[in-house]
Amino acid sequence: MKQLKSFIKKEFYHIFRDVRTMLILFGIPITQLLIFGTVIKNEISNVPVAIYDQSKDDVSLELSAKILSSGYFQLNENLGSIAGIDEIFREGTVKQVIIFENDFGEKLQREGVANVQLIADASDPNMARLVTSYTTGIINDYITKMHPNLQMPLRIKPEVRMYFNEEMKSAYQFVPGTMALILMLVSALMTSISITREKETGTMEVLLASPLRPVQIIVGKVLPYLLLSVANAFVIVFIGRLVFGVPVAGSFILLMLETILFITMALCLGILISTIAKTQLVAMFISLIALMLPTIILSGFIFPIENMPTVLQWFSHIMPARYFITIIRAIMLKGVGILFIWKETLILLGMTLLFISISVKKFKVRLE
Amino acid sequence: MIKINNISKSYKATQALKEISLEIQKGELHGLIGPDGAGKTTLMRILMTLLLPDSGNAQMGGLDVVKEYRKIRRKTGYMPGRFSLYQDLSVEENLRFFASVFGTTLEENYDLIREIYHQIEPFKKRRAGDLSGGMKQKLALSCALIHRPQILILDEPTTGVDAVSRQEFWEMLKKLQEKEITILVSTPYMDEANLCDRVALIQNGQLLEVDSPSNITSRFPGKIIKVRSDNMHRLIADLRRFKKAESAFAFGQYVHFTGTDNKVEPSELEIYLAGCNHENIEAEYIEPDIEDVFMKLMSTDKEKVVGEGERQEKE
Repeated sequence: MKQLKSFIKKEFYHIFRDVRTMLILFGIPITQLLIFGTVIKNEISNVPVAIYDQSKDDVSLELSAKILSSGYFQLNENLGSIAGIDEIFREGTVKQVIIFENDFGEKLQREGVANVQLIADASDPNMARLVTSYTTGIINDYITKMHPNLQMPLRIKPEVRMYFNEEMKSAYQFVPGTMALILMLVSALMTSISITREKETGTMEVLLASPLRPVQIIVGKVLPYLLLSVANAFVIVFIGRLVFGVPVAGSFILLMLETILFITMALCLGILISTIAKTQLVAMFISLIALMLPTIILSGFIFPIENMPTVLQWFSHIMPARYFITIIRAIMLKGVGILFIWKETLILLGMTLLFISISVKKFKVRLE
Repeated sequence: MIKINNISKSYKATQALKEISLEIQKGELHGLIGPDGAGKTTLMRILMTLLLPDSGNAQMGGLDVVKEYRKIRRKTGYMPGRFSLYQDLSVEENLRFFASVFGTTLEENYDLIREIYHQIEPFKKRRAGDLSGGMKQKLALSCALIHRPQILILDEPTTGVDAVSRQEFWEMLKKLQEKEITILVSTPYMDEANLCDRVALIQNGQLLEVDSPSNITSRFPGKIIKVRSDNMHRLIADLRRFKKAESAFAFGQYVHFTGTDNKVEPSELEIYLAGCNHENIEAEYIEPDIEDVFMKLMSTDKEKVVGEGERQEKE
């Protein structure tokens, strides 16, 4: 026990005295979270648009003002003719052109039908879809409010409600995902590097020649990083709440317990990597390429698993992050308890046990 | 204390050790002398239970290096060839860490390492990575000794260390020997061989000779003449061309010459070299040292297909 204690103390010295380690441990998670938070967005704001208003009556002007004051759009130019449209898109200065036809207000009054044309720059299809649907939304909203008595032709109007994320905030998607990604990366990367570093500098030879047992070395390596990663998880949840307004609807304690389970799993995976890798470089390569990319792509963090080809869906089953993301989304957004996520929890537990038993077994008590 | 019995070890295509047998007595300071790649480190790692031998067996203090590796690790001190302490930990932190790993404390065994540690104690707050070569080596020795090992295995402890520190280091080993610690130390420096009780000369994974340094040198068959002149470069070539020459090797500022028989006189060489246009020629008899023996054994070893028979005769 005393051996383990001093081993852990030594590990903390290594961590706190190495600037690079500290950066990876605390710098990367926070920057990554902030970067993902501001970059991955399905919301739009201040998109430059141009308007070609051929009628310039009360209705069209009011509608324009409504669109521009929504905060989503920003007027770049008022066009005088249809000829400029092609060029303005080629220049790329605007993402959308809104065209009102002649006598827009009058037609609407008289015939109940008036045309407004939306032309979007679809070189970025995602953007184009978002921009046109936002605009359509504003226009429809305006019409119904202006003419509450207007009997539109018979139609079914769906009342859409976005459950658990009423405002469709993308932060709700990326905060759990980023948390899984960061914890996975930092934990697996740091343990695998710290063990291979001992191999590289030759200190592993001295450790092996000592009475230390493999279990003591492994636990001594895992425990310090577990503590620091839990601290990291706190920071992520805190930033998610404070900066991006992501709530924790469910039990915070359950969330943390699940997080500790996931971190332990990632740390054991790191140990497993270090039993294969001989140098820090190889360990880093395996951790980054073999863990980070599949975690981003196949875990359901960004791309929905249901839309993947069947083969990739199978692959996603062996991604530990997939289960963790399901778990924390359930706890943070839906506020459910363990009864709804016991399956995922068991799978993570099983993975942890698998990795640790392989690691202990593969950990060499000699140099070869 | 250490028994090595027909140990062989191969790495893929190369055979690092060929049926090595060696016995080291309790309290002995035993040298393992040989050039780089001779198999010194491999042998020491097998003894330290860090490598498994392909065949043969070995005991450390009566414990088998394969089966009872755990017990051996508790009773032996090891200093690997490369400086293998934590560079980002201070002198004191390193020492305390290794003490606790072996289940002891710095205070408990302070008397054993006092003389060595005393010299680096003023720098105990300094990071190990910032120490000089000599100080690193003293720290590594302190760490290897902190648990009062019965056997100490040191792999080239003096490589890359200045001459003064090297001498100090050997004095420390002598003192440890008085405390009944059995020491096996390897070195590529032949001049350090004379400081050991017995040495084993190793080359290409085979032991060439095992005996006390004085016995080894006294058995040297030929006479050695050390020679120098103003043109050292040409000197070796000219000496080798001499009709009664057996060998001529550069030894620092001199060339050590041995003749095909013991009748070659220094004066004879002087006359021959003067004829080859050498100036300021010096030539005189000297006593052979370990390095002369080693060079001779190595050169005969290459000529012989099997070197075993003759060596056993000598022993």
